[in-house]
Amino acid sequence: MPILTKEQAKALLTKALSYSKAEQCEINLYGSDSGNIRYAKNSVSTSGGISSNGMVVTSAFGKKSGTATINEFDDASLEKVVRRSEELAQLAPENPEFMPFLEPQQYGAETPTFSEATAAVSPKERADAVQGSLAHARENKLTAAGFLSNSMGYSAMMNSKGLFAYNKSTDVAFNITVRTEDGKGSGYATKGYNDFKKLDAKADTVIAAKKALSSVAAKAIEPGKYTVILEPTAVAVMLENLFFGLDARQADEGRSFMSKPGGKTKVGEQMLDERVNIYSDPWNTDLPTSNWSGDGRPQEKVNWIEKGVVKNLYSSRYWAQKTGIKAIPSPDGIIMQGGTKTLEELIKGTEKGILVTRLWYIRSVDPQTLLLTGLTRDGTFYIENGEIKFPVKNFRFNESPIIMLNNLDELGKTERTVSGESNANYLLPPLKIRDFTFTSLSDAI
Amino acid sequence: MKRRNFIYLTGIGAAAAMLPAIPVFGREISPEQALEYIDPAAKKIMSDVALNAARSKGATYTDVRIGRYLNQYVVTREDKVENIVNTESYGIGIRVIANGSWGFAATDKMDKDSIAKAAELAVAIAKENSRLLTEPVQLAPQKGYGEVSWKAPIEKNAFEVPIKEKVDLLLSVNDAAMKGGADYINSILFMVNEQKYFASTDGSYIDQDIHRIWPTFFITKIDKTTGKFETRNALSAPTGKGYEYLNARPEDKIHSPAGTLYKGRYDMLEDAKQAAVQVGQKMTAKSVDPGKYDLVLDPSHLWLTIHESCGHPTELDRVLGYEANFAGTSFLTLDKWESKKFNYGSKEVNITADKTEVGSLGAVGYDDEGVKCGKWDIIKDGILVNYQAIRDQAHILGLDHSQGCCYADNWSSVQFQRMANISLQPGKKPLSIADQIKNVEKGIYIVGDGSFSIDQQRYNFQFGGQLYYEIKGGKIVGMLKDVAYQANTQEFWNSCVAVCDQSDYRLGGSFFDGKGQPMQSSAVSHGSATARFNKVNVINTARKIG
Repeated sequence: MPILTKEQAKALLTKALSYSKAEQCEINLYGSDSGNIRYAKNSVSTSGGISSNGMVVTSAFGKKSGTATINEFDDASLEKVVRRSEELAQLAPENPEFMPFLEPQQYGAETPTFSEATAAVSPKERADAVQGSLAHARENKLTAAGFLSNSMGYSAMMNSKGLFAYNKSTDVAFNITVRTEDGKGSGYATKGYNDFKKLDAKADTVIAAKKALSSVAAKAIEPGKYTVILEPTAVAVMLENLFFGLDARQADEGRSFMSKPGGKTKVGEQMLDERVNIYSDPWNTDLPTSNWSGDGRPQEKVNWIEKGVVKNLYSSRYWAQKTGIKAIPSPDGIIMQGGTKTLEELIKGTEKGILVTRLWYIRSVDPQTLLLTGLTRDGTFYIENGEIKFPVKNFRFNESPIIMLNNLDELGKTERTVSGESNANYLLPPLKIRDFTFTSLSDAI
Repeated sequence: MKRRNFIYLTGIGAAAAMLPAIPVFGREISPEQALEYIDPAAKKIMSDVALNAARSKGATYTDVRIGRYLNQYVVTREDKVENIVNTESYGIGIRVIANGSWGFAATDKMDKDSIAKAAELAVAIAKENSRLLTEPVQLAPQKGYGEVSWKAPIEKNAFEVPIKEKVDLLLSVNDAAMKGGADYINSILFMVNEQKYFASTDGSYIDQDIHRIWPTFFITKIDKTTGKFETRNALSAPTGKGYEYLNARPEDKIHSPAGTLYKGRYDMLEDAKQAAVQVGQKMTAKSVDPGKYDLVLDPSHLWLTIHESCGHPTELDRVLGYEANFAGTSFLTLDKWESKKFNYGSKEVNITADKTEVGSLGAVGYDDEGVKCGKWDIIKDGILVNYQAIRDQAHILGLDHSQGCCYADNWSSVQFQRMANISLQPGKKPLSIADQIKNVEKGIYIVGDGSFSIDQQRYNFQFGGQLYYEIKGGKIVGMLKDVAYQANTQEFWNSCVAVCDQSDYRLGGSFFDGKGQPMQSSAVSHGSATARFNKVNVINTARKIG
C-alpha cells in the first residue's frame, strides 16, 4: 500500500474518529514499504520486499482505557475497531497512572526526514548498489558479506481533543564485513542515511577491505588498561547504554546509575569530563527525526548533557506530573558535540594506543555502575608514535561509559554512524580514551 | 540472544522502564479474537494463488507461509497493572527460486490480487539478484506430505484463560515479593500462539499450531543509606507449553542450597517469595576474590552458556560465512568436523540437537520449509560430529536431506537457518546436586542466568548469574556477589568433569534469540543437568563511579 499523504491521513483519521462515543479517543495510523538485499560469500543470499500498515485506536472512560487495531480501512472496519476499543475500555481495570490525551500541540517546522530518491528505490537499484561492492571484493580476492535495506513509511495520529500529527520518513542502511580468503583478516564499515543518493556502497567496501587486509597476522598483546581510539560506531554501542538509561523514573526510584542515596539523582552534578556535550535536535540536517513522539508530545531540541553535567532526563507524562518536571519524551536521534580532528589526526597525536573499529556483543554487567562487557572486532590495531604499527588480537573489555567519559583524552570530528547493536543512527565523534579496561584476549577474527 | 526486546541493557531498572514499550509485532486485538482459527481450506486456496502466480512468472520453486501470530502480554508492577496487550499479525510470505536465486516478498493484504502481486515481486527480486550469484541455490530434495497438521501437545491454551486470572496471579506474586522485603517488582506473562500454514511446490500443505509461555519477574531491593541496589530475576524458563506450566506439582520441584528450583512446571508465587529473601541476602554477600574456581552450574544458568558456546557455533550458516556481517562466523570450521576427532569437550560432554522434545520452545512437527523434524547428535563423547542445517546447505555436509532447522519469526520475514533445541545430555551415573557440591574443594555454585557476552566466532565468553554460592571444602559457606566467569569455549567444555543424572535434567531457554539481517527472533530451549567445570577464571565486576 502506498504511503498516505498528510491530507489523506487526516481525512482517514477524521472519519475513524467520527465513530467514537468514548469520553476520549486517540488514533495512531502507520504504514511502510521496505526492501532489502543481503549477501555473503561474495554472492547474494536472501532479500525481500515487505509492505504493511495499521491503525491503533485507544478509547478511554475515566481512567479505564482499551486499545484495538485493524489494517483494513473501509467504513465498516473503522467503525468496528472504534467500537471494539470502547468495549475493551469498559472491561479494563482502572489504571491510576492513566493520563488524559494531549490537547493540540505546537510541533515546529517539518523535519527533513523524507527523501524522494529513497522512496523510489527499486530491487534493481539495490542490486546495482551491491554489484560494485561485490566486484571490489572479488577483484581483490576478498570475501564480502553485507546488507543493504531501504524503507519509506509514514505515521500519523489524531485524538478527540483536536491533536493531529503527521510525519513521513525514509531510511537507508548499509553495512559490510570483508574478510580475507584465509579468514585471518576482517574489516567492517557501516552507514545510515535518509537519502539513498548519499550511499556509496563501493566506497564503504573499500574501507572494510583495507581493514581486512591490514588486520591479517594480528599479534597478541597483554590485556590491561590502554589508551584507545574508538571509531564512531564503537562509540555508539558504548554510549547508547548511557542514553537509554536517562530515564527519570528509574533514577528517582533508586535503580539506575543516575540514582543517589535517599531518592535523589545526579542531575545537575559534574558526572563526566566537561567536554562532554550531548543533545538531540530533530531538525539537524545530518540526522533529521520526527518532530513529534508516538504519544503526541513535541520533540524539541534538548540538551541532555552539558559540559559533563546531566541536565535533563526523559520521562512518561505521568511521572513528570507526579514529580513536577518537564515531560520530555525519549529522543529519536542523539548527537555528541565533537572536535575538529579527523580520525587520522587523532591517531597521529597518539604515542601509544589501540585503534578500535567496532565493538560487539555489548551487555550490561552491573546497572549500578553501568559496567558493560563486550569485544573488539573487525579491525583492532596497535598505535605507536602516531602510526598504526600492527594489527592486534581482539580483546574482551569490561568498562563503564561513565568511567570512559571521565577518562576522555580527545574528541574527533562528529559524523553520522550506526549502532551495530540497536541499528539506531547517531551523530558521534571518534573518541580517544585513557585507561580503557581490556580483561582478556579472544581468538576470534 | 537478542536483548532489546526484553532484558534491557541497564538491567532490571531499565528493563522495568522498557516493558510497557515492548515491541508489538502486529496489531492489537480483543482477547476473544485470539480464539478464532482460520480454516486450513481457506489458507490452501490463498497458497495456491501464490504458488501459481510465482510459477507463471518463472519460479522453479516456491513456498508460501500464511501466518497468524498471536501474542498476549500482561505487564504489572507492584500493585498496578501496567499493560495488557493482545496482538495479532496476519499475512503471507512468499519465497521463490528463479534463475537459481532466492527472492521473497510479503504482504498483509490477503486478497488474491495482492497475493499474486507479492508472488510476482518475489520472482522479480530473485531474477534481479541472480546476476549477483556465484552459484545457484541447491535444495536438498524434500517429498511433499500432502495435507497434514501438527499441534503442540499443550494441556491448557493460555489464550483461553481469562485475563483476570492472569492479573490476579501476577498481583499476588507482586504482593508476596513486596511483603517479603522487595522495594520493586515487575512481573510479566508472555504468551505466544503461532498458527502457521506452509505450502510448497513440493506438494506439502502443512497446518501447525504452536504455543509458548513465559512467566517472569524482576525484583529490586535498595539500601536507602548507601543507595546500593541488587536484583533477583525469576528462575522460570520460557517453554513450549500451555498455561499448565504455571501449575507446579510436587514432582516439578527440586530442592537445592539455592532454594526450590523448577523442572517441567513453575511455582511463580513460591519463587517470588524466595527471591525477596535472596535479594536481601545479595545485599550483604561477600564480593568475590578473583581467581580460578570449580564451577557448579545449575541448568537455569547453564542453558545460556550452552546456547552461546555450542548452539551458535554449530549453526551451519555461521560456519559457512552467511552471518559474517552480523552474528558472526564460527570456530567450528568444517575441517574440524571432517577430522572426526575435534575435541570440543571432555568425554562427559554429549550434546544433541532436537526439534521434537515435548514442551521445548523449538518443538514443531515440520520446519518452515516443510521438513519433518527430528533429533541428532552434535557433540558425541566430546567430539564434534554434526551441525544444524537447512535444505540449501544439506549438500555441503553430504546429506541427502535437511535437518529441519528452518524458521521465520513472522510471515513478513524470510525463513533461514535457526537453532534447534541444543541440550547437554545428563550423566549416566547417579549424581545429585548435593553430590556435585560435596566433591568441590574451592568453587562457586551458580543459579539463574545473568549478563552474557561472547565473541563473533564463539571462542571467548563471559557470563554472570542470579545467585552465587561459595563452596569451600565440599560445603556452601555463603553467598557471593560481583561474580562473572570468562573462558574459552573449548577449554571450558574440556574442563567439564561431571554432569548430574537424568533426575536433575531441566530445560531453560530464550524467547528472543536474535540473528539475521533484518534481525529476527526465535525461541529455543536448552536442557541440561547440573554440571561441574574445573578451574574456570572468575573476575570481580565491582566498580566505583562518582
